[in-house]
Amino acid sequence: MSAKLKLKAAFISLLMLAVFLGAWQLATQPKESAVQALADSEYAALMGKGQEKSGFPTPGMVGKSFVQYLSDPFYDKGPNDKGIGIQLAHSLGRVAVGFLLAVAIALPVGFMIGMSPLLFKAFDPFIQVLKPISPLAWMPLALYSLKDSDISGIFVIFICSIWPMLINTAFGVSSVRRDWINVARTLEVNPLRKAFLVILPAAAPTILTGMRISMGIAWLVIVAAEMLVGGTGIGYFVWNEWNNLALPNVIFAVVMIGIVGMFLDLFFGWLQKLVTYRE
Amino acid sequence: MSTHFLTVESLKKVFPPTNGIANEPVFEDINFYIDKGEFVCIVGHSGCGKTTILNVLAGLDEASAGEAFMDGREVRGPSLDRGVVFQSHALMPWMSVLGNVAFAVKSKWPDWSKDKIKEHCIGYLEMVGLGHAIHKKPAELSGGMKQRVGIARAFAIQPKMLLLDEPFGALDALTRGTIQDELLKIVQATHQTVFMITHDVDEAILLADKILLMSNGPHAKIAEIVEITMPRSRTRSEIHHDPQYYKIRNHLVDFLVNRSKTYAGAEAEMFHDAKNPPVVRPGLEVERAPVIALATEKVVSQLQQVKHAVNQ
Repeated sequence: MSAKLKLKAAFISLLMLAVFLGAWQLATQPKESAVQALADSEYAALMGKGQEKSGFPTPGMVGKSFVQYLSDPFYDKGPNDKGIGIQLAHSLGRVAVGFLLAVAIALPVGFMIGMSPLLFKAFDPFIQVLKPISPLAWMPLALYSLKDSDISGIFVIFICSIWPMLINTAFGVSSVRRDWINVARTLEVNPLRKAFLVILPAAAPTILTGMRISMGIAWLVIVAAEMLVGGTGIGYFVWNEWNNLALPNVIFAVVMIGIVGMFLDLFFGWLQKLVTYRE
Repeated sequence: MSTHFLTVESLKKVFPPTNGIANEPVFEDINFYIDKGEFVCIVGHSGCGKTTILNVLAGLDEASAGEAFMDGREVRGPSLDRGVVFQSHALMPWMSVLGNVAFAVKSKWPDWSKDKIKEHCIGYLEMVGLGHAIHKKPAELSGGMKQRVGIARAFAIQPKMLLLDEPFGALDALTRGTIQDELLKIVQATHQTVFMITHDVDEAILLADKILLMSNGPHAKIAEIVEITMPRSRTRSEIHHDPQYYKIRNHLVDFLVNRSKTYAGAEAEMFHDAKNPPVVRPGLEVERAPVIALATEKVVSQLQQVKHAVNQ
């Protein structure tokens, strides 16, 4: 039954894609104009007339850049011409470093805050103020104090991924069922064992939810950050192709960002499932 | 110092003021003792502080005044000497049944080998009839099975004393019955010292050596200590044939329904000594038949005499 449902859903998805591509094709199709027949076509082109183009690439043109970039994803022809694989690898690398740094800080600090109502209250105003700041607002300060565009990009990822993880870890740890803590207490379990065998597994689903949110935000932010910082990465690629007015490549990059983002989310979804327990 | 295994002296609990208004003590002047191997139930209405008393004994809560001594040492903080079975079973859902018990056993004997721990745990899980389910997760078990795991976990650390907080409260009547039987068997075999909270009068009579009756809170006290004088080898299927059974049961129900509210206030204190609550043995008392019943009996016997005469 569910297989049948899946098949139906897949069919409808494909249908929607086809309708979308069709509409796109229709909207961007070059129209034959009367001018072409009358005058010298070269002259017409020179005057900016002739074929009336919408300027927006057709699906076919975008398809071509898909084929072109995906057929050779790892070439490297100098700083402004690298394969999409290399660009994505740079972005993913920055996200990974920034995200892992954030994990390294957010988990222990979140644990501490979650265990102590006093610290929870003491940290709360800072978290509330820092959390809503757009990560890109930190960029000038980061560039000034770190003096390195690459590290600044990582810093921006770090600062945007830390809050959801910190808050979720603190919340998860502070709301571990009283009963489980009491079991550990009556068994005179030492603090380290209690932290790793009782509190951590109990709070893990909440913590992973925070990580998943963080990773989503980090992937959103890296594109913008790389547009600012430049050099390498998928964000820089988009910006570069925009400067080349190569819209098919921009569209290609946009789709790639979406696909990679989806896989990142799927991965964290899988991790989440791994630590979720049924009561 | 007393010679009893567990002694509770002048225990009192006042919760911190709510909105600046001081709270009345939930209970005060609680005195009782438990000897080694005794099974003691505490019965009383909700809000009289039974769970707080149990938590104080477990070391999970602190009394506002008074002390508890176990084995000559003051009870302060939780200890592996006291095993607790929680009302809500409190199993860790991410661990298997075996994992839950092994967690406790490893806490008690950290230097035991894995195999030894496993063997020990399986022994106790088999004791509660769960030898077949050791690799299941708690979520895959029924309520009764979960509570059995909780009991196995508490017994597995071989505590000097077992504290049970309404362990069967959330179970249906049938399951409750079978687990009561099992607990009875285990306790009879191991001579475990047990302190148990229950709302169920029949459960208390079946399991206990003595029952502490608590008056209603606030200012709750131990009103009476009822000794269950029936022989220890009881079974759930036969206990109600014992002539003592209904005497005890009536006494308990009568207390809960009528007398439990009359112990607060100065008037009650005049004839009730909370330091030494009266010990009663309703099972051995000669039936205190109500006056009306006596009257009817007389009438009946007179009628019979009349009948006799007429027949002759």
